Amino acid sequence: MSKHHVSTTINGEPVEFLCETQQTMLDTLRDVLGLTGSKEGCASGDCGACTIICDGKIVCSCLMLGVEAEGKTITTIEGIAQGDHLHPVQQKFLEHAALQCGFCTPGFIVAAKALLDENPNPTETEARYWLAGNLCRCTGYDKIIRAVMDAAAEMRGEAVR
Amino acid sequence: MPTLNYAAPSTVDEAVKLLAGASGLAKVLAGGTDLLVQMRSGRLKPELIVDTKQIPGIIGIREEGGGFVVGAATPGADVEAHAGMNKAWPGVVEALDLIGSTQIQGRCSLAGNLCNASPAADSVPALFAAGAIAVVVGSKGRREVPVEQIPAGPGRTNLAKDEFILEFKFPPRPPRSGDAYLRFIPRTEMDIAVVGVGISVTLDAKGVCTAARVALGAVAPTVLLVEDAEDALIGHTLDDATLAKLDSVARAVCNPINDKRGTIEYRTKVAGVLARRVAAIAFDRAMGKSQGKTH
Repeated sequence: MSKHHVSTTINGEPVEFLCETQQTMLDTLRDVLGLTGSKEGCASGDCGACTIICDGKIVCSCLMLGVEAEGKTITTIEGIAQGDHLHPVQQKFLEHAALQCGFCTPGFIVAAKALLDENPNPTETEARYWLAGNLCRCTGYDKIIRAVMDAAAEMRGEAVR
Repeated sequence: MPTLNYAAPSTVDEAVKLLAGASGLAKVLAGGTDLLVQMRSGRLKPELIVDTKQIPGIIGIREEGGGFVVGAATPGADVEAHAGMNKAWPGVVEALDLIGSTQIQGRCSLAGNLCNASPAADSVPALFAAGAIAVVVGSKGRREVPVEQIPAGPGRTNLAKDEFILEFKFPPRPPRSGDAYLRFIPRTEMDIAVVGVGISVTLDAKGVCTAARVALGAVAPTVLLVEDAEDALIGHTLDDATLAKLDSVARAVCNPINDKRGTIEYRTKVAGVLARRVAAIAFDRAMGKSQGKTH
């Protein structure tokens, strides 16, 4: 079978690409489009390293086919910063040292950004449940949660703790 | 490697024709959160994927005849965000909210959870308890099937090759009705049920149960609708004797396996304990005492 022609929007830009049926959205991002920020950890939807935002919802791009991107609006980790200006979640990850090896970081940042878009004032419990599908084997999660809560406070315009 | 074909038909007829005409294995794709994992592991080797999400109505929630109709491929997150479903069916909503992660809930669907036919599927006991009806479409037309008649065994359904579920009908809720779902897992989040229990009840003004449906997950080859448990509840308030009877009938129907998540004895014991707890939440909700999430 010939490849599928897909028209979609990625990080605000119209994008067209060709993919085979069995290529996941993650394969397509990384291998076809050269957007290698999204990572493959487990390839089974458990680790969240491949998290993207698709039509406003976070999904595991390893569990979505590339061909399913047709007509969708997608944001990847590459679309979170505005040029050189980091998103508050990214800035707070740096300030709180919320990463060590960094492999899980793109997924956490995309998921945390989506949380704060939907719920600007999450409790710590809400943030922890929202991020339960993102696994980190280095930090012990605490610094990540602190970074997300601090980013939320800053985005609400509250005094930085 | 055989070629894997993909189609995203925009009508039911087209989708049914594609499924009926496939020479090898054809799989329906809704959220893909099970299908893609099973393809990746090599457990399933389909020759055709029929993505049903372009079919009108298969995603979305509408009110009809005093109840709700939920499209088969509607992501769990959409159901969780729907005010009407939260009010009428908080047990179904909290069950969906336990499936995988936020990311999984962005894609996973009620039909996928039901047709993947895992005995431990979280939304299925809640769906059985709700008395939801699956609207099944196929070459022979459209039929309405009580959800408990869909699973046939682990990974198997009673749907024909050319059939798929288009939507689920949730019946109108009489006054003083409530439902709830709890599952037990060894950790706090992101695990597969050791036992899951869904219960839906309707009470009279004095708190006496007039209708009940009780379903158990992960204690048998399929999710079980427990008719004896319904008899234990109907005609009674939720006093100690009723709870003890419910506990006993829930344990009696268990036919679980031993695995790393729990032994037969443990699962059986937990089924009784969870049934008590879920009944208490469902009765409270029916009397308007609590509407909130249980986790």
